Amino acid sequence: MDLTRAKIRDLRKMLDSGEISAAELCKEYLDKIEEKDNSLLSYITVTKDEAMKTAENAQKIINEGKASALTGIPLAIKDNICTDGIKTTCASKMLGDFIPPYNATVIEKLNEQGYVLLGKTSMDEFAMGGSTQTSAFAKTKNPYDLERVPGGSSGGSAAAVAASLTPAALGSDTGGSIRQPASFCGVTGIKPTYGRVSRYGLVAFASSLDQIGPIANDARDCAILLNAICGGDRHDATSAKIDTPDFTEKLGQPIKGMKIALPKEFYDGVDDTVRACVTDAAKELEKQGATLVECSMPGLKYAIPAYYLIACAEAASNLSRFDGIKYGYRGEGRTYNELIIDSRNKGFGEEVKRRILLGNYALSSGYYDAYYKKALALKQEIIKEYNDIFEQADVILTPTAPTPAYKIGAQDNDPVKMYLADICTVTVNIAGLPGISTTCGYTADAGLPIGMSLIGKRFDEQTILQVADAFEQGFVPVAPKF
Amino acid sequence: MSQYYPTMGLEIHAELLTKSKVFCTCSAEFGGTPNSRCCPVCSGLPGTLPVLNQKAVEYIIKAGYVMNCEISRFTKWDRKNYFYPDLPKAYQISQMPRPVCLSGNVKINANGEDKIIRINRIHLEEDAGKLVHDDVNRISLADYNRCGIPLIEIVTEPDFHSADEVIAFMEKVRLLLQYAGICDCKMEQGSIRCDVNISIAPKGSDELGTRTELKNLNSLKAIAKAIEIEIDRQEELLDNGESVVQETRRFNEALGETVAMRSKEDAHDYRYFPDPDIPPIIFTEEELEEIKNSIPELPEQRVERYVNSLGLKKADADIIVNDKRVCDFFDEALSAYDNPKAIANYIVGELTRRINLGEADMDSLKVSGKDFARLVELLQTDKLSQSNAKVVLGKMIETGEKPDDIAEKDDLWIKEDNDLLAKTIDEIIANNPKPVEQYKNGDQKVFGFFMGQANKALKGAASPKAIQEYLKKKLSE
Repeated sequence: MDLTRAKIRDLRKMLDSGEISAAELCKEYLDKIEEKDNSLLSYITVTKDEAMKTAENAQKIINEGKASALTGIPLAIKDNICTDGIKTTCASKMLGDFIPPYNATVIEKLNEQGYVLLGKTSMDEFAMGGSTQTSAFAKTKNPYDLERVPGGSSGGSAAAVAASLTPAALGSDTGGSIRQPASFCGVTGIKPTYGRVSRYGLVAFASSLDQIGPIANDARDCAILLNAICGGDRHDATSAKIDTPDFTEKLGQPIKGMKIALPKEFYDGVDDTVRACVTDAAKELEKQGATLVECSMPGLKYAIPAYYLIACAEAASNLSRFDGIKYGYRGEGRTYNELIIDSRNKGFGEEVKRRILLGNYALSSGYYDAYYKKALALKQEIIKEYNDIFEQADVILTPTAPTPAYKIGAQDNDPVKMYLADICTVTVNIAGLPGISTTCGYTADAGLPIGMSLIGKRFDEQTILQVADAFEQGFVPVAPKF
Repeated sequence: MSQYYPTMGLEIHAELLTKSKVFCTCSAEFGGTPNSRCCPVCSGLPGTLPVLNQKAVEYIIKAGYVMNCEISRFTKWDRKNYFYPDLPKAYQISQMPRPVCLSGNVKINANGEDKIIRINRIHLEEDAGKLVHDDVNRISLADYNRCGIPLIEIVTEPDFHSADEVIAFMEKVRLLLQYAGICDCKMEQGSIRCDVNISIAPKGSDELGTRTELKNLNSLKAIAKAIEIEIDRQEELLDNGESVVQETRRFNEALGETVAMRSKEDAHDYRYFPDPDIPPIIFTEEELEEIKNSIPELPEQRVERYVNSLGLKKADADIIVNDKRVCDFFDEALSAYDNPKAIANYIVGELTRRINLGEADMDSLKVSGKDFARLVELLQTDKLSQSNAKVVLGKMIETGEKPDDIAEKDDLWIKEDNDLLAKTIDEIIANNPKPVEQYKNGDQKVFGFFMGQANKALKGAASPKAIQEYLKKKLSE
């Protein structure tokens, strides 16, 4: 069976018509993972036995005619989303053997539908990074070129979808961690509005920025997944207790008359090929009847420092609980202090430690006002600038990343350069807005995917899904020859 | 006479009486098998999130009102970051710049003088767990049952100048919190704890001296003792030309001394910042009004009601109100028998006497207020004699049986046996010619002697009234 870029909705039809059983479908993916993932390294844990068992249960539901959108659909889950009884490592030595005793809310919601968990995907350690090369267990490669990074931090999820080792996956996005790997791997990923999806059970990186979201082959599948995982949650006080629409509702509706803003600062520092490709995509949308609006976001130049101050400050506090006492990696030491120092020193990787140091520094007495407080002020400025743009536009179109996927090791020695590469995505998290990345072209020479991002108003995922889908309908994606 | 003047301020931690913890749904009850009252949230497992218990917010607002505080219309929570094994998240959720309550005051009376103690702030935070150290096996164990129990921290201004004032304040706060249903204030269980900031300065000086902070004060007695010892220590330092070091000191009750824990230089940098997991709260006037109106009658109001409406003596009212359990008992008794003075007298005289003797304990009292009221009614209506009423109360405390049942079973009723009455009193008069003579000569006092003799001999077989009437008649013959 050819699973290449199989869509959730097509698999749904096959399952419902009996063309294939849930167990057969699950087996197909498991076999493919076994065959291919040795070289791709997209999964940290493959839950083979549990997958087959849940697939058989799902089949019973299908046979009873009670299937919902995801019953029997195999999915991969990023390894920072807690799964009851299944290792959840955050790709860190610190949590190498951590088995949560509870499910994240999104997992509970997927379970209710009878989805099939194929396994847990790799990521940058604690979601800190844009390459998946800081993973302690699986340094995932890009299926378009195994010498290149898949992006990150949800690189395992994006690569697995791109290589058809799962029809879709969940990722998490703190500063671009869904959209940038989706862009590098030529798939579609959406970061919902902050509060749209419960964070309960997502191991926190930066609590005010984190959001779980789908990575799939196209906007339509993203909408189906988002329908399943969204909604207010009594376990998460920051989740929005508002009605959720059907995210597939506006798909296919014409975008005629839609106003699309192109803030020029987003296009300034990116590769020529990327700029050309996204500009062409804008013209395509214009052809479909949208109006392009030139605009500006002067605050963008402060986005990276503001983002890294807020994210690292929250991370430093969030990651303090990993002390080797209660769970996770335990080092050695004769006293409490020696023990936690050794545990944290050996349990965390370099990038994680760098960010903890940065965050604690920014929160220290005497520095708080100069750094953290200023970052919060910049956050307000960025929110204001977005509001101004949305006064005159329905969505915003930007590149997702300044470059296509780069060579593994290319940015290893320059963390600042790596941080700057997040310029196109971080403001969306700072402002809590929804953003979606979809493929808008490939580089001429190497055929590497190039992504574009659509940013919407708060809680208006429907419109960015609609525009992304409108573009995808006229675009022919090229699957990796993997 | 000391040449120094002490100044003190308090930080009081009180656990709220909510059913569940402040950020999860675990039971907030005291004790329990170690780690039986915790969940992924309060044990800080990765991925979990705190959700604020609205009841806890309601309780701290009540605390603010009973201490005359301003209630912030906008309040938020912060993280206080530090590593300690009893703190599983390695940060405590607390409130730094925007506490729920600000600038209040509490009136106290110490050594007969009224005084106002100003409250700086009251904020809501979570309690930490408990560590148990096993010195034999050289291991330490953590119990997270207490993790996440809601705490309020009451911070006073440095308005205290003697241990007596501190104790009077603690007792007043205990009453306020108990009556408002906010905290049970059991110091021995740690549900209310107090740290004392203390400094001394030469008398007449405008400036405060360097302060130390006293911790581990587990009873009012310990607080008073620790203050006394610490003042002595600081005075001795200054007298010897040394200076007081700003530090935290732990009171060792057994050794009767305070011991340095950590100095200012070792103080943590808690790296406070707003907790991104808990949205700030904005209170509406209606919400606050509703909470304010739900505060039950406070101690001062009760004393006032007892004195003004019920006609109790101020001293009796104070004794009753000073223990909320006794006070609630009194109110319950009153609902069954409308004779406040008689009930109050019997509580103050007989019940508190037994409590002080250790014969009764309000926490485990088997006697209901209603049964107690019935006992007083039996006494007042001459169904039981004074002495037999005491016997009945003893049995009630022991078994929880009803007074009528005890009197019936043990045959303790006053019997209106007129023949026995006449025979007994006639005999007493015949056997005491001298007092009879005195009475007839106008010495009224000896009447009491005859009453006592008759009561003793009759053992409740006749009512005091009947005895009195018959005696009077006979002695006038």
